[in-house]
Amino acid sequence: MNREDFPMLDQDIIYFDNGATTFKPKCVIEAMNEYYTKYSANAHRGDYDISYKVDVAYENARKNVARFINADVEEIVFTSGATDSLNRIVNGFFANLLEAGDEVLITLSEHASNVLPWFNLAKKNGILVNYIELDTNLHVTINNVLKAISPRTKVISLAGITNVVGDERPIKEICKLAHERGIFVVVDGAQSVPHTKTDVKDLDCDFLAFSAHKMMGPTGVGVLYGKKELLLNMEVISLGGGMNESFDNIDEVYLKEVPQRFEAGTQNIAGVIGLSKAIDYIESVGIDNINLHETKLKKYFIEKIKDVKHVHVINSECDSGIIAFTVDDVFAQDVAYYLNKYHICVRAGNHCAKILKNAIGVKNTVRVSLYIYNTESEIDRLVSLLADKEKIIREMI
Amino acid sequence: MDSDLKREIILDNYSHPFHKDTEGTDGYIKVNSNNESCIDNIDLYLKIEDNIIKDIRFDGEACAISTSSTSIMIKNLIGKSIEEALNYIANFEAMLDEREYEDTDFNEAIVFDETYKQGNRKTCVTLPYVGIKKAIKEYLEEHKAIDKDS
Repeated sequence: MNREDFPMLDQDIIYFDNGATTFKPKCVIEAMNEYYTKYSANAHRGDYDISYKVDVAYENARKNVARFINADVEEIVFTSGATDSLNRIVNGFFANLLEAGDEVLITLSEHASNVLPWFNLAKKNGILVNYIELDTNLHVTINNVLKAISPRTKVISLAGITNVVGDERPIKEICKLAHERGIFVVVDGAQSVPHTKTDVKDLDCDFLAFSAHKMMGPTGVGVLYGKKELLLNMEVISLGGGMNESFDNIDEVYLKEVPQRFEAGTQNIAGVIGLSKAIDYIESVGIDNINLHETKLKKYFIEKIKDVKHVHVINSECDSGIIAFTVDDVFAQDVAYYLNKYHICVRAGNHCAKILKNAIGVKNTVRVSLYIYNTESEIDRLVSLLADKEKIIREMI
Repeated sequence: MDSDLKREIILDNYSHPFHKDTEGTDGYIKVNSNNESCIDNIDLYLKIEDNIIKDIRFDGEACAISTSSTSIMIKNLIGKSIEEALNYIANFEAMLDEREYEDTDFNEAIVFDETYKQGNRKTCVTLPYVGIKKAIKEYLEEHKAIDKDS
């Protein structure tokens, strides 16, 4: 749907790599261009009209993001993306709170950005990083969460939806049982916020991280949501202009309030404006409609590919727009190269969840990740190209 | 060489890779080579005696191009002295980079002479070469240390 809104689709291209990044609608590009061409000034700095206009646009964007995920406006920190957000949550908040022997629970299907910051903290502070066992479908079950929790558990850090198999985690239930035990919950929302309704008050998560570029916004900007009382205790890692009230000497440095104190230096103003416009765009389509469209397309693919015996979908049961599959006797990367010859963009590999490969049984998969502009006819094209194994082998090099 | 024959050679080396087994590699120099940008990941095992490459073996998971490039490289390098091997590798890389090169017993490796046209596949072809250079370097450093000791 809405294909005419996306300039990238003017090309002869079928784009199935929306888990990596998404195309931008014209309105997002124009909103950013307008900043660069009509009121290109810094925020929070100038005493003149166009700078004031930037201030208003920037802070309105924060309000828009807050409304979008049902947060309070002081709980929204702009970052460079979900990775940056997660690193700040780990290093700014948990590094000071956790002690050697405290435990963080993740899973084997987390993205690198929800694994490596914890690994790093484990090396530095001696915290433990342990895993919630995944069931046979690679899903997180409440039972397995309960089984994994120990008296040492202080944090559960999970993707809302994983980027590998696209399973949606029961975050609300996890938050409830975690909080009953005094455990914090961090949600990596990179793959969930663009595709499903996210309400941080309803979920009751402590932190949430997501990126603009995976939701039709620009690259280089993202969001760190944290409950206000937690952000008040989060350490400021990056200091400089824009985040301080005043300073006279080493003992007299006064920082701005939360969240501005976490935004040192000139921010990605055009990016923030673009993100806000992307949210407007998502809401004009309706996030439930987006979700419905993706799951419908996924079902359509699964139904069509059923008769192709050499293709195996490994995540049929997940209700999201992510399809992971293997092709008998053909290495995933070769499938991707083959499809590229027909201008079809898919992702091969372990999708930044490198520790999962031991758990999944198949080392590498081809991933198709859908979004609003994908169509049934694109799926038809994909299925017809996958149907002939000899052709794949003949043309993969 | 026409493209059908090239494809046949690549696919043959992919389906029946040379020395893709690691039996009896105790004492070999082992190195890993993987592409950051994709999922190719191979281990190479190298045996050098008296400055001569006596054996190379490999295992791991890689695409058709990487696997066949590894298979062909191994066929070409066994029996060469270290100097000859490094000279071969330098010329092969020059070919991939569209620089001037000399066909130093490329044999089947000539199938990759047009890889430069597909930028995204160059790293597939060079994967085993990155690994073997690492292994040779390791051997030379170890050897230097031994020479100094003696």
